[in-house]
Amino acid sequence: YSDHCPLTPLKWARQLFLINSFSVRRSARDITNMSQQAANGLPCRGKVLNLDNMNPNVRRVEYAVRGAIVQRALQIDKELKEGVKKPFTEVIKANIGDAHAMGQKPITFLRQVLALCAYPDLLDDNKFPDDSKQRARRILEACGGHSIGAYSSSQGIECIRQDVARYIEKRDDGISSDPDNIYLATGASDAIVTMLKLLVCGKGRDRTGVMISIPQYPLYSAALADLAAVQINYYLDEDKCWSLDIAELKRAVTAARQHCNPRVICIINPGNPTGQVQSRQCIEDVIRFAKEEHLFLMADEVYQDNVYAEGCKFHSFKRVLFEMGPEYSTTVEMASFHSTSKCYMGECGFRGGYMEVINMDPEVKAQLTKLVSVRLCPPVPGQALLDLVVNPPQPDEPSYDKFMKERTAVLAALAEKAGLTEQIFNTVPGITCNPVQGAMYTFPRITLPQKAIDKAKAEGQVPDMFYCMKLLEEEGICLVPGSGFGQREGTFHFRMTILPPTEKLKFVLQKISDFHIRFTQEFS
Amino acid sequence: MSATRMQWLSPRNLRLLNPGRNESLRRGGSGCRSLTLPLSPGRALSGPSATRRGLPKEKMTENRAPPRAKVLTIDTMNPTVRKVEYAVRGPIVQRALELERELSEGMKKPFVEVIKANIGDAHAMGQQPITFFRQVLALCSYPELLNDSTFPEDAKSRARRILQSCGGNSMGSYSASQGIDAVRQDVARYIERRDGGVPCDPDNVYLTTGASDGIVTMLKLLVCGEGATRTGVMISIPQYPLYSAALAELAAVQVNYYLNEEKCWSMDLGELQRSLEEARRHCNPRALCVINPGNPTGQVQSRQCIEDVIRFAAKERLFLMADEVYQDNVYADGCQFHSFKKVLFDMGPEYSDAVELASFHSTSKCYMGECGFRGGYMEIINMDEEVKAQLTKLVSVRLCPPVPGQALMDLVVNPPQPGEPSHDKFIKERTATLSALAEKAELTEQVLNTVPGISCNPVQGAMYSFPRITIPEKAVKEATDKGQQPDMFYCMKLLEETGICLVPGSGFGQREGTHHFRMTILPPKDKLTILLNKVKEFHQRFTQQYS
Repeated sequence: YSDHCPLTPLKWARQLFLINSFSVRRSARDITNMSQQAANGLPCRGKVLNLDNMNPNVRRVEYAVRGAIVQRALQIDKELKEGVKKPFTEVIKANIGDAHAMGQKPITFLRQVLALCAYPDLLDDNKFPDDSKQRARRILEACGGHSIGAYSSSQGIECIRQDVARYIEKRDDGISSDPDNIYLATGASDAIVTMLKLLVCGKGRDRTGVMISIPQYPLYSAALADLAAVQINYYLDEDKCWSLDIAELKRAVTAARQHCNPRVICIINPGNPTGQVQSRQCIEDVIRFAKEEHLFLMADEVYQDNVYAEGCKFHSFKRVLFEMGPEYSTTVEMASFHSTSKCYMGECGFRGGYMEVINMDPEVKAQLTKLVSVRLCPPVPGQALLDLVVNPPQPDEPSYDKFMKERTAVLAALAEKAGLTEQIFNTVPGITCNPVQGAMYTFPRITLPQKAIDKAKAEGQVPDMFYCMKLLEEEGICLVPGSGFGQREGTFHFRMTILPPTEKLKFVLQKISDFHIRFTQEFS
Repeated sequence: MSATRMQWLSPRNLRLLNPGRNESLRRGGSGCRSLTLPLSPGRALSGPSATRRGLPKEKMTENRAPPRAKVLTIDTMNPTVRKVEYAVRGPIVQRALELERELSEGMKKPFVEVIKANIGDAHAMGQQPITFFRQVLALCSYPELLNDSTFPEDAKSRARRILQSCGGNSMGSYSASQGIDAVRQDVARYIERRDGGVPCDPDNVYLTTGASDGIVTMLKLLVCGEGATRTGVMISIPQYPLYSAALAELAAVQVNYYLNEEKCWSMDLGELQRSLEEARRHCNPRALCVINPGNPTGQVQSRQCIEDVIRFAAKERLFLMADEVYQDNVYADGCQFHSFKKVLFDMGPEYSDAVELASFHSTSKCYMGECGFRGGYMEIINMDEEVKAQLTKLVSVRLCPPVPGQALMDLVVNPPQPGEPSHDKFIKERTATLSALAEKAELTEQVLNTVPGISCNPVQGAMYSFPRITIPEKAVKEATDKGQQPDMFYCMKLLEETGICLVPGSGFGQREGTHHFRMTILPPKDKLTILLNKVKEFHQRFTQQYS
């Protein structure tokens, strides 16, 4: 497994510099020149498509989770393979929530059904349990020509959307879910971008503003840059375990109204990168806020099974919305998102996911259906996988015990690792870490000596990027600097996934602790 | 904004409705002026009202105004999304699905099943998957099967190779955003073999979520400028509506060049020049898209034509996009697939060092027909290094293309070799599919050309016939009265009466005053024969009825 890296860090840095330094005026002028030249048939130099005349929105996109530091990690990986001597023997990529890459085993039942769907001759094989065969048959019967190689309907296979709706009803204690409101997607990312795309309109002060938490998952900032929407930051309260504060939401929306048209609020619960799990009360408050301020609510709930801390529980926005009564449940427009990539499955590669839309204007819904039809359909293996996630083996079925055992083992290990991570980091002077109540990451705050900050700035780097790069070069551990997610000015963090196997995680935590102490000494 | 409507606005709302907003209210959703192609009639763009726009409710109730509207309404949604049209899955397909439901509920219809000939969906039409591909995918999904002696060794070795290049040896891990390294290497070797040794660098290969994803990503990179400097993109008419849909969404300017129906839908340099010169008056044409073999028109371009297009692109400084997803689907005698890449490199360094090109391929077509896996790749040539870095960054936001689709792509570009246990069966299956398609291509042309009022070019390649239909004046009038395109009217009637779902030519674009439909040639031969006869009978009936 290795990503490819065509860039040296220096070149990458230069590009980042270029990306940030071109003025719109300059590129507009170049474009005009170019078209005139072409029209006059004069000889032209340079590429048709270059950094100056490419889509300026794309240039503004940043995605730290796979950014400069990861490129460098891949390069080091390659150097190690080529025999270059390093102070470590392998690069540990703790930058991303990629469970299987970290050694988590797939759930047997899920993979059995997928194999049966891929190669239906196996339906005659008596090694496969009956419930896996039944599931496979049901999925295949819902596919054109009984093949997962056929396009599905653009909204997703109907029987899978029905299963998703039933799953949501069960999760939300009977609150009804309409399969027509379910859209299967290419991972949750796809659905989130599609939803944001629908919402963006207006120019200048009328441009759609979208409220996102800081720290945030950078898919949001990247999508907003790509769509040229206005990003409105609201800050989570690090001192209160990264909780959401309504006064802060009010401050953010009021300030934003001066320069854009805030129409959307995005919430990630359980939190990424911050790992907090929202209380029921907090969710109610957010819903009330959304209603008062007339905002479309987007609830990113891909970590809904990843809740570890005692006293914490996952509450879906949908459920809370409906429990607040018709005043809210018939008015607040909402989309919530789920995925096959996280929870106990960790099946990122299949790109399975769904969104449920609530109270969406029927005309807009028709537009949404039209829009997703252009991409034909989400990958069918991912749809099949999602079906198994929402319709797992039941107590009376042959695969039930094994399924439960595997599922419980994964979630229990994650809970243990969440506790372990918090514990070890909090023993290190200069690292403070909120409890990892849920999700798959810790986002500790790190104290950086002034000398280090100065050195970073002198090198044109953000201080926590400087820190993470040094950690990578010295220890082979790849983290993502907090600046990639956003943080309060003057504070520094990193995101680390808790996914490595316990023994490896202990090793990583120890190495980071040692590094931090060394780093602090070196720069004080 | 009318004075009456202003009355119930509170001072706060007036503040909210700053000049910029009033401006946008007046202009409504008419922001994009770029669509010149008369696509099927969408929803009328009604003038947005303040109510629909969704002002805060409490302010309205204070003033006894109508209840608060949705945050997101047809008037306050992204106007470029509204302009998107995608006929292949448009209203006619919606109606087909409805009819299917009605049939399953026991409703009486003049037919027993709906035949969806609107889309190139091979497996849905009964084409069987290639055994080898599915064996490897099953092995990758459930590696315990690697111990199963019923699977051939070459399937196992392919599966092992793919799994070894996945994180944690699992297809469930994210891959590199550009695609799995080993798969990209295999794609590069495949391209080199296909192109008689012209080198291909795996770094220039990006795996994608179907070819559509690659095409949209490439177009997105190219779009910039405002007003007369806005990027224009040349697309053929008729075109595959992914292009017009993507351009509408990106608010790029669609620049139409017409294929010559009389010359078997060939591309004409004079027409390219005309189209480009006209477009230069109002936009900045920067890209030229070519679909070869053609969709929906089924033509296969000659080597000479490709050379001419490349010369044109070089001279006019256009980025070339070559959609080659039907590269194995060539049926007509004397026709051969030539890749743009190969021709470009055969033309020497003057061109091969200069012309920027992206070409696209997919697992969905050819003999595989594996649409559901959403596998595909693009190869980029002569792309500016800085732009390439931006492309790599852009695709990283979506993390990675679906890994099963990448695995499938790997098998397509690296199929069983002579001497390997699966080779014979693979070749047999592949040949059977392609020769059946060739036979059906001919049958379609033959039968449709026997019908007075239908004329059909040979289906040289791809998977569709795009015959021209003569619609009687009375029918045109009735359609126009109903606010429908005449060929939509025709296709809807065909659907209601026979259960056959086709896509009207207006969804792809056609010369004014001409009418067509697109029909896939994929149904099994006996079914295709029935289908063609039904279309024939319908056309005769329709012509009589309206004459």
